[in-house]
Amino acid sequence: MELSYTPEEQAFQAEVRAYLAEHLPDHISSAVRAGGELSKAIMEEWHAILQRRGWLATTWPEAFGGPGWSPVERHIFEEECCRAYAPRIVPFGINMLGPVLQKFGSKAQQDHYLPRILDGTDWWCQGYSEPGAGSDLASLKTRAVRDGGHYIINGQKTWTTLGQHADWIFCLCRTDPEAKPQAGISFILVDLNTPGIEMRPIKLIEGGHEVNEVFFTDVKVPVENLVGEENKGWTIAKYLLTHERTGIAGVGFSIQALEEVKALATKMRRGGRPLIEDPLFSARLAKVEIDLEAMKITNLRMLFQAQKQGAPGPETSILKIKGTLINQELRDLARRALGPLAAPTGIATESNLMFGPSDTGNNAARYFNNRKTSIFGGSNEIQRNILTKTMLEL
Amino acid sequence: MDFTPSDTRQMLADSLTRYLADQYPVEHRNAVAYDAPFHDASKWQELVELGVLHALVPEEAGGFGGAGFDITTVFQALGTALCPEPVLPALMAARLLAAASQDVTALMEGGATYAPAWAEVDAPYQLQDIAMEARVAGDGYLLSGRKALVYGGQIATHFLVAARLNGQLALFDVKAQDADVQGYGLIDGGGAAELLLDQTPATLVLADAEDAWEQALNAGALALCAEAVGAMQVAYDTTLDYLKQRKQFGVPIGKFQVLQHRTVDLLMEIEQARSITIKAAAELGGPQSGRYVSMAKHLIGRAARQVAEEAIQMHGGIAMTWEYPLSHYAKRLTMLDAQLGDTDEHLSRVAATLIA
Repeated sequence: MELSYTPEEQAFQAEVRAYLAEHLPDHISSAVRAGGELSKAIMEEWHAILQRRGWLATTWPEAFGGPGWSPVERHIFEEECCRAYAPRIVPFGINMLGPVLQKFGSKAQQDHYLPRILDGTDWWCQGYSEPGAGSDLASLKTRAVRDGGHYIINGQKTWTTLGQHADWIFCLCRTDPEAKPQAGISFILVDLNTPGIEMRPIKLIEGGHEVNEVFFTDVKVPVENLVGEENKGWTIAKYLLTHERTGIAGVGFSIQALEEVKALATKMRRGGRPLIEDPLFSARLAKVEIDLEAMKITNLRMLFQAQKQGAPGPETSILKIKGTLINQELRDLARRALGPLAAPTGIATESNLMFGPSDTGNNAARYFNNRKTSIFGGSNEIQRNILTKTMLEL
Repeated sequence: MDFTPSDTRQMLADSLTRYLADQYPVEHRNAVAYDAPFHDASKWQELVELGVLHALVPEEAGGFGGAGFDITTVFQALGTALCPEPVLPALMAARLLAAASQDVTALMEGGATYAPAWAEVDAPYQLQDIAMEARVAGDGYLLSGRKALVYGGQIATHFLVAARLNGQLALFDVKAQDADVQGYGLIDGGGAAELLLDQTPATLVLADAEDAWEQALNAGALALCAEAVGAMQVAYDTTLDYLKQRKQFGVPIGKFQVLQHRTVDLLMEIEQARSITIKAAAELGGPQSGRYVSMAKHLIGRAARQVAEEAIQMHGGIAMTWEYPLSHYAKRLTMLDAQLGDTDEHLSRVAATLIA
């Protein structure tokens, strides 16, 4: 039983930390610290910096241009990125489509698309959810009908994150309406510049533009854009959901949030004393800190298992559920620490530090935005269903 | 990073688990745990011979363990079997004696039975609440007053008593034959005693024993966490099994989503409990020992009660019966929270550390 990293892992950690200290620009970490939406330019700049070092596609094997890291190395990298307030890597091309093409794509698809993901030529987005197909994804209705050398796509996708920046979308489409729901779905790549596609923004609860809805009207897509076999798209969708699950606990982000809450609660006054000395507030904070401390170990235990077995098991759903609950509780505490002072909207400035980058701005907005984490990527209820089936075998 | 137990600890866990499964089944446990002397003297001796106490004592004091993970290994096995033997007081006593550089051979080999006595009838948790004062009498000392809820006190040959001396918290040795010892059983099995002292002669073991007491209480709280992890796993397994067997409305009740999701919640809490216990074990004896033990004891207290109450609720009436073993696990899980500081007490301690 040894909870600390091996000397090799510690050396790796030091290397990552030194790299971030030197190469993560201040204007980028400040933007992350401020907690608002990041611009496309910032995300692209950060991707390019990482790619120069070969550290962008952390889940990819070396053969495809990744660093070939172990689960523990990836964890250390993510942990250090959080610690340094580096942006989260935009996952759709790098962490979602990349591994899918490596496993299911043709040689031609791999040769064409993978380098373009790495160098930022193509920005990808995800076409999974539909207005009528959320948790019950397999009930999706967007149709792709074969017509000679093309598919003709009609339908609607929604919750398309950062679709406004994207060049391409990977879609789950129904290619066999007669088959059982899961058996009639195909995984198709669509160029967003194709005629017949319309992307409309969805304004979210806090006012931000993060997600979109995408309408397809007689969109003509070459059959070469099918990934894997026709009607086998559900296998790919499931692979994508279970394949890449390191970082699912969001421990690094919760550590950030905990530090922010502590800083805020030390600054705010209540009855002549810092808020952090208020018994009810400090009890709530201590409670979530304890849950987070346990989560860190649970996360490492599952990483250790994944490292030993080669792949993470279904128990990682625990990380998703608990991780999001902890993070949401911390975001609630950050909002509460400020009380009504969390309500003003606007841009943080150096002269208004309470809302500024050196503190934790946008706390009410972040609280509301963060309610999404227990809904997306398989809601916490769906995760409980997965655990029921796999761990409880009920 | 490696979460595999060492070979030695794995062997200890295996042999202890096997022994308890063979020799201490729950029927036997219930036959001895609720009637005086609230344990099984011959099984206690066999556990001692198996090396259970040696595993709790560091090598320099003659044992072969004593680290946080040794403690959790032993107590998780004890919790799985719901064992009512007084291993907790032995662990704490060994810490106290070792802190005073006293020989613990007799304790480890079962020749003497020590019971730590710190709690008072109106203050079970914090050392600063201890009011008992020692009085100097010639070359020795006299103690008067009452020590409450002395675990293992009903069979102890020696009491290690916390009392104040010259403004310090000191550690005294009181022989059982010199004191009025009123033993009793506990609602969750096992025994304790009230120690009634009236000008009772006492030997000073350590004059400044505050730190020794703290370390002993930390080790004890960690042990309880591990015991809870073992007992929670049994309660969970039993409940899951019942959900698959029990039919109502024509289907196994485990088909109902309302029960499925609540069972998943138990699974998650138990994994979190296991994790925080590992962390506290790793930190035991270090500078942050108290903080991590408090974190563990808080989370364990919360989880143990949830597992106990939910296990009963999901079983229904059967779990309310004395005959069904789960009810005894539920009692133990609920009541061990109250030992050595409950979930609120330890949350307060962690909260206090937030203030820089």
